[in-house]
Amino acid sequence: MKELRRIFMNGIIDENPTFRMVLGMCPTLAITTAASNGIGMGLAVTFVLVFSNLVISLLRKAIPDQIRIPAFIVVIATFVTIVQLIIKAFLPALDASLGLFIPLIVVNCIIFARAEAFACKNKPLPAIVDGLGMGIGFTIAITLISSVRELFGAGTLFGVQVMPAGYPPMDLLVKPAGGFIVLGLLLALMNKLLPKKA
Amino acid sequence: MNEILTILIGSIFVNNFAMSRFYGICPFLGVSKKLETAFGMGMAVTFVMAAASLVAYLVNEFLLIPFGLTYLQTIAFILVIAVLVQIVEMVIKKMSPGLYQALGVYLPLITTNCAVLGVAQLNVTEGYNLILSVVNGVASALGYTLSICLFAGIRERLALGNMPKWMEGFTGAMITAGLMAVAFNGFSGLI
Repeated sequence: MKELRRIFMNGIIDENPTFRMVLGMCPTLAITTAASNGIGMGLAVTFVLVFSNLVISLLRKAIPDQIRIPAFIVVIATFVTIVQLIIKAFLPALDASLGLFIPLIVVNCIIFARAEAFACKNKPLPAIVDGLGMGIGFTIAITLISSVRELFGAGTLFGVQVMPAGYPPMDLLVKPAGGFIVLGLLLALMNKLLPKKA
Repeated sequence: MNEILTILIGSIFVNNFAMSRFYGICPFLGVSKKLETAFGMGMAVTFVMAAASLVAYLVNEFLLIPFGLTYLQTIAFILVIAVLVQIVEMVIKKMSPGLYQALGVYLPLITTNCAVLGVAQLNVTEGYNLILSVVNGVASALGYTLSICLFAGIRERLALGNMPKWMEGFTGAMITAGLMAVAFNGFSGLI
């Protein structure tokens, strides 16, 4: 039990995929213009991560070492397709704003990294917990980034006006350049506040 | 002809893959420490993206659509790309060992470069025909090469400077990329 808790917290803090490992940068930068996008993308990735970790862990003895990469890709792509169809059917607004980045979850390196580094070496239960921890860590990070960008770039949070009416929105932050700059500043802040354990 | 020109300028400058669409950011940050490797990566990506645009179009048009399998697009495209990268790797190894050596580990890594899958998907959503798909693939890849080379040039200089400890590595690189993106933002409205 203690071990599972450690694995879970590992994904959220010690090896946070965004702030510590700097993985999966494409969606992190591209769709973080509104807080709701951040949560949507985070949960979609969490879903794929949990199920791909589970299946890969179950198949870890069946997959020959030489062809493990194509095998992982097929497993991951299957779950991405499921998520893609679910979002299209039930959340058309989210589908429109995330656009091409839903199919691109296939090549999100967080999922690959966890399959390679954890799922193919561990039993199913720890693999699920690892997927959940990493997914939630990613969701927290990506929601934080998108909240900052939405708050200062548009003056709203989850679509609700937060800043006083006279606040001039900083357009730059919701433009592509803002993604790099906000993420860079947040990374710098993390390094300053929580120095890496040696 | 006009349409081709629009795609060329649009994909190289205005909707630059790395600077404005955010495709292929992992290698953009990962292999941009030296100008030489950045250029090698750019060239390899260009080749794969052109080939992927072509093959993905054919697979989509002659396999997925006639059999009503378009929901398998993601899986089909990623497999096509994985196979393609493998073939490119074997061909380069046989034909030009020098280039193979220069590209080294970056070649297999192209499979997980989302720029390649991104351009295949983009061609489908934009409804480009065969020629426009390939043009878009090449143009996007050239834009990607342009930005990764510029970025590598800046980072080579940056490595010599004195940065605060908490700004080293990815953090400083990210801010640099942000400032570059501001510059690329100037191209918006060109078409």
